[in-house]
Amino acid sequence: MAARGLDLILHRAQVKLCDKLQAKTQSDGVRRPYKEVIDVFQGDLHRAGMKPLTFVRQVLAACVYPPLINSSNLPLDVRQRAQEELGRCVGGSVGSYSAAPGIPEIIHSISEFIKRRDGGIPSHPENIYISPGSQWSISNILNVLVNREASPRTGVLIPVPCHNKTVLSITQLGAVAVPYYLSEEQGWALQVEELQRAHESAKGVCNPVALYVINPGNPAGYVQSQKSVLEVIRFAWEKRLFLLVDELYQDCVYGENCEFVSYKRALSEMGPPFSGTVELASFHSVSKGFSGECGLRAGYVELVNLDPAVMKHIHTLFSKDACSPVLGQIALNLMTDPPKPGDPSYLLYKQEIEQIRTVLVHSVKKVHEVVNSLPGFSCPPIEGGLFAFPRLHLTPKAIQKAKELGLQPDTFYCTRLLEEGGVFTGPGWEYGQKEGTYHIRFCIAVPQDVMEELLRRLSSFHMTFMKDFS
Amino acid sequence: VPLWGITLQLQRCARDITNMSQQAVNGVSHRGRVLTLDSMNPNVKRVEYAVRGPIVQRAVQIEKELKEGAKKPFTEVIKANIGDAHAMGQKPITFFRQVLALCSYPALLEDSKFPEDAKQRARRILEACGGHSIGAYSASQGIECIRQDVARYIEKRDGGIPSNPDNIYLSTGASDAIVTILKLLVCGEGRDRTGVMISIPQYPLYSAALADLGAVQINYYLDEDNCWSLNITELRRALSAAREHCNPRVLCIINPGNPTGQVQSRQCIEDVIRFAKEEHLFLMADEVYQDNVYAEGCQFHSFKKVLFEMGPEYSNTVEMASFHSTSKCYMGECGFRGGYMEVINLDPEVKAQLIKLVSVRLCPPVPGQALLDLVVNPPQPDEPSYATFMKERTAVLSALAEKARLTEQIFNTVPGITCNPVQGAMYTFPRITLPQKAIDKAKELGLVPDMFYCMRLLDEEGICLVPGSGFGQREGTYHFRMTILPPTEKLKVVLQKIREFQLRFTQEFS
Repeated sequence: MAARGLDLILHRAQVKLCDKLQAKTQSDGVRRPYKEVIDVFQGDLHRAGMKPLTFVRQVLAACVYPPLINSSNLPLDVRQRAQEELGRCVGGSVGSYSAAPGIPEIIHSISEFIKRRDGGIPSHPENIYISPGSQWSISNILNVLVNREASPRTGVLIPVPCHNKTVLSITQLGAVAVPYYLSEEQGWALQVEELQRAHESAKGVCNPVALYVINPGNPAGYVQSQKSVLEVIRFAWEKRLFLLVDELYQDCVYGENCEFVSYKRALSEMGPPFSGTVELASFHSVSKGFSGECGLRAGYVELVNLDPAVMKHIHTLFSKDACSPVLGQIALNLMTDPPKPGDPSYLLYKQEIEQIRTVLVHSVKKVHEVVNSLPGFSCPPIEGGLFAFPRLHLTPKAIQKAKELGLQPDTFYCTRLLEEGGVFTGPGWEYGQKEGTYHIRFCIAVPQDVMEELLRRLSSFHMTFMKDFS
Repeated sequence: VPLWGITLQLQRCARDITNMSQQAVNGVSHRGRVLTLDSMNPNVKRVEYAVRGPIVQRAVQIEKELKEGAKKPFTEVIKANIGDAHAMGQKPITFFRQVLALCSYPALLEDSKFPEDAKQRARRILEACGGHSIGAYSASQGIECIRQDVARYIEKRDGGIPSNPDNIYLSTGASDAIVTILKLLVCGEGRDRTGVMISIPQYPLYSAALADLGAVQINYYLDEDNCWSLNITELRRALSAAREHCNPRVLCIINPGNPTGQVQSRQCIEDVIRFAKEEHLFLMADEVYQDNVYAEGCQFHSFKKVLFEMGPEYSNTVEMASFHSTSKCYMGECGFRGGYMEVINLDPEVKAQLIKLVSVRLCPPVPGQALLDLVVNPPQPDEPSYATFMKERTAVLSALAEKARLTEQIFNTVPGITCNPVQGAMYTFPRITLPQKAIDKAKELGLVPDMFYCMRLLDEEGICLVPGSGFGQREGTYHFRMTILPPTEKLKVVLQKIREFQLRFTQEFS
């Protein structure tokens, strides 16, 4: 596989440029076609302008500063909830360490959440670990899987395109990332034949032990059908692969006939021999969905069918990291156990969730419409996730110019888009794509007026760019 | 709209889903698993972390039994195993929590009950956050203005020696930064494998990280008979022995020490720096207890400061990383996972790799970053919150100093226990004399002698300590680590109970 990955020097330069432009537009009075840079580079709701959930922030504030529990300015359920959460913290403070896997009551709450989500299929607290963000537990699990002393080297199958952090973890651990290409023509569908090809290609190169799946996708906005999920599980069973399933975007499903199917549930409902043998790690987090609390750093992994002796070592591994930030753990609890009908905060909570959902549904429609109306730009329907990953059909002239500058063509496009258009996006090259194709990625969890502005700038920039390089 | 209520249409007959419960825990398989003890990363198998190890698991078990109504000679388990101040009843600093509450829920900025200086800090922090929210990712290295504040704090602390914000990396507690640097440093195969020097006794994060990374641990013994001081001759001995089988590249030092609590003299720090330069070693200075200094005549000297005061021959060449955290000192905010490291003289290309490493986990927790900002930027004399802040800070530190003194004093009256002065940090690491019969009994049970001792203490008195074997100690010596964090009255009770236990235990195995 051609070497690719996050070009951090370039990325840092872009971030600095973004900040500089942000500062410049506010201070130097130079006329630019934009007042502020629209930063949609990361899947970061708050940075993109979405608001945190009021209930969550009120509870966190009261947990941080307990005198607020007696404040009549906060709704009763907020105060009660904060009291409950603090009651579970050692010494009644969010400043103390929790048990290494996480606060036991919160882990229990997560297991109940998973059980409800999966139609009653039990989830066992001892199989759940909370970590500072999902990447932390992904790298811990990879660390256990990757035997550096093994020859041939450990391989992990990864989708193309893919969330680049996991790929970085894999390579940093000395394992080999084996790409399987999602089919762009089929709305980024995961095809078993392609999994087969990828697995075959590993022969003589490495020993594939794990299969990493992202559902709903990142950066590509697909949602796997139930049939697809079952196929993947069967494939993992046949080829004896450990399944690593990134399900961070399970709340972000928009497609008309789309449904999130959890791998845990599908695996269980397949029954024996699969249900008792396929080893599975599924990941979720408080960073995405409606909470968008990326900065609090809280995610969890649920481990299924793992060897109990290995679980003991996993426990020790998580222990040496002390514990996850307690505020993040509480936010995770609020996500998995939110206000219920009848609670004083319920109506507002529901309203805020609906608002976010409306924005997302509107965004994906608008993006699809606008991008497909532009020449040299195309995008399948965004069924789920938090990103658009449209394809750029660049002219040879543009590609040539990029080469001259020593840049990947889509990096060139994105850099120009940032400087001239004031929109900060990510080049497809960073996530992987079929050779000779180019894409950009941007977050679609953006307030309506910002999305309109984004699309206006993108259209205007794109037309100019295509004309300049025609 | 239900957030998770989805019905699936299955085209297969109903399964016995309850089977999943047993299988999920003890996956009954018809064929071998992919991930087994044999196939897993062998390094992970070598990882141990005594602070949260078997004795703590036993303590949790006992707590459960107490909750279920079991009758025991005690009504609660006192967890003196972990350096967690709030868990032992220490109160948070009011100002810090006020600012953090304002950051969490900015609508409170309208609330007149919060002081103006707290609001000002909150506004500044929020301004630096994406979308003005602590829920947004920050840059992987940490929020820029906070790194600048940290640099200023370091400059002030070190008498004006410049600190470059670009050399500051915020982290998820100091542990995260320590592991990150080790990841960068550990490489090579066989005889060329990186060797890392660490004190014995040491904080077991180091041994755990070294095991995980497959690095070679090079032990240098602190001198128990001389208040756990560090001798250069011992460093030399350890280094030359290590050169036979690995490539020593790193020297780790914890000052003030954990578990031993010693505060290194300035001369000692200079000697260590000189040694590091001579032997071409990367220095890792773990300084998370820098505010926890109690003993008369002891003072915290930062490695950075001493390095620069030794002149450009050293300050331009010695490569170093120093670590600090929000978990200890007077704040005790372990649950926030705030920390930073300052790197000195790092190769620019290595720094680029460092950025890459820290970017994998996106960023450190923003509330922890905000808290760190307050620690390095506390209320000033002219600000409304100053008086309360100073009162609270002083109260915590003086209580700790008193408890340090009390602990040393009482333990030294117990036959079979000798205790060095607790000069700093949060722990005591007394040496226990165990009767031969007890040592034999431990062997019978397959336990290390001090683990046997601590397990018995836990079972009989409900006090959870960590056996010295978890930290490392000279062959044939036994210790335990106890925190000095319980409130003074409770601590007195704990000390009394340990004394009684020690006498009983000695009697039983005489």
